Amino acid sequence: MTTATLPDTHADRGRGTWIRRNRQMLAPILFLAPGVLFFLLYVIFPIVESFQISFYRWDGLGEPQFIGLENYGELGSDPAFETSLWNNLKWLVLYLLAIPGGLFIALFLNQTVTGIRIYKSLFFFPFVISQVVVGLVFTWFYDPTFGLLNTMLEAIGLGPVNVLGDPRLATYGIILAGLWPQVAYCMILYLTGLNAVDPEQVEAARLDGAKGWRMLWFVIIPQLRPATFIAFGVTIIGALRSFDLISIMTNGGPFGSTRVLSFYMFEKALGEYGFRMGYGAAIAVVLFLIMLVFIAYFLWSMWRDEREARKG
Amino acid sequence: MFPAPIQTRPRPAQITYQSMLPLALILWLLPLLAVAFFSVKPAVDFTAGNYWGLPSTFAGLENYGKVFFESDMPRYLLNSVLITVPTVIGAVALSCMTGFALGVYRFRGNLWIFFMFVAGNFVPFQILMVPVRDLTLDLGLYNTKTGLVLFHIAFQTGFCTLFMRNFIRALPFELIEAARVEGVAEWRIFWFVVLPLMKPAIAALSVLIFTFIWNDYFWAIVLTQGADTQPVTAGITSFNAQYRAAYHLMSAGSIVAALPPVAMFFLMQRHFIAGLTLGAVK
Repeated sequence: MTTATLPDTHADRGRGTWIRRNRQMLAPILFLAPGVLFFLLYVIFPIVESFQISFYRWDGLGEPQFIGLENYGELGSDPAFETSLWNNLKWLVLYLLAIPGGLFIALFLNQTVTGIRIYKSLFFFPFVISQVVVGLVFTWFYDPTFGLLNTMLEAIGLGPVNVLGDPRLATYGIILAGLWPQVAYCMILYLTGLNAVDPEQVEAARLDGAKGWRMLWFVIIPQLRPATFIAFGVTIIGALRSFDLISIMTNGGPFGSTRVLSFYMFEKALGEYGFRMGYGAAIAVVLFLIMLVFIAYFLWSMWRDEREARKG
Repeated sequence: MFPAPIQTRPRPAQITYQSMLPLALILWLLPLLAVAFFSVKPAVDFTAGNYWGLPSTFAGLENYGKVFFESDMPRYLLNSVLITVPTVIGAVALSCMTGFALGVYRFRGNLWIFFMFVAGNFVPFQILMVPVRDLTLDLGLYNTKTGLVLFHIAFQTGFCTLFMRNFIRALPFELIEAARVEGVAEWRIFWFVVLPLMKPAIAALSVLIFTFIWNDYFWAIVLTQGADTQPVTAGITSFNAQYRAAYHLMSAGSIVAALPPVAMFFLMQRHFIAGLTLGAVK
């Protein structure tokens, strides 16, 4: 390709080599090839493979043994799987609080006073640090003997709460830790969105007597739609991928009460109780199917936008 | 502007707002401030039960010195650099090409290939775990930085392609048309016309991918083990096992582990935010 295209300064269109005549068709193929091949090898094929593995009993070393739908049958009667599924649902619903939370902080910070830029950056801070550190930070924050939370509760006369040691509270404690960086992310999306809100519309609405909540609901939020769409997307993905925080903060405990699908599949496939690759893959497939609903929705909206862009 | 600028409000409201800002910030960062506070306390404070009182002595230098000179932390940090930097280069390079191909050429299947990248990027990556670990083992790359880097490049190419393609779509297409009329070869158009225009996108993506990969924990524990290969996110857990209950050291270690992406963010703030919020404004 390179050698064939080198003398292009003397290009004589229509009479060149086959490569020259077809370069409009060849170029995209060559530009795409490395990226697409890599992506197929490491992402697309493994998805297909996971489906396949989920029909086998396999310890990762020996010969896989085909067992049909047995893994899925076992999932149906596995209480740990049921807990994980419920916890995933809790994550999905509660994680979405990051969107109003982020909007709230963005509205609070959308001013032009001295030093506001620094404030915005510092509010965004939690998103930049790794979830591992967020997990550690919150584990200490919740610690029943010296944690800041209990020190503060004690100061107002409330007894110690062992958030991460209580099966009823642990998942909520972890979700709260997860919300911290996620709210920061949504905040930055909304700050950018608010920056682009059409000032004329706001003024016009103000002249019509709209203010406060009505202004926010009828004038501002509709204009923030693109930001909301992205916030929704990244929050859903974040909720379904949650793993780091659980692994760091509780390692699935107490009594397996904080497991989610992604964590449970890791535990089954690579955990200390032996390698059950097939069963782990089956859990991953379920997680994937949940995500597929959202992926389909995202792709559909993007496709719609593409079509409109082409028309317009 | 919404909400109404505080300057148009009465004086007391302005003062309330100005004083609420730092309070809100302290409250927001409280868990982190607590860790920073722990990291400058000496060990005796913890054995004496003095958790939240003033540090009896300032032990910041000593604690951070221990982290840097008496633990595996520098190795983990180096590993993180050696994993993160090649991934950034690889993913950005690949996606410049895929983004160019998908953004500039019209051919059948263009949108399908694009959607393949987008969908793959949204996948909960745990579904890739068993096959990718297996593939890495087969390639003889298990527990090597190369194995981890190759996977990261491939996976991040999905997100980067989405980003690059949309960025290129917004460039003035006339430039490319003009070059074609002149008979300039396609790869020269890519190199001399499009790539220079993509500098802001390349900067934004580089900072983003740096942060994503630096903060990765899941793939680090799936594909590597031990201080020779693991990045700092995985290293911090073994660091903590080594210094169990030494809260001053664990705090200092966590802060060190978190620092590089933070520094990156503050240095490249504009690019970082431009990258994160691409598409948030139409």
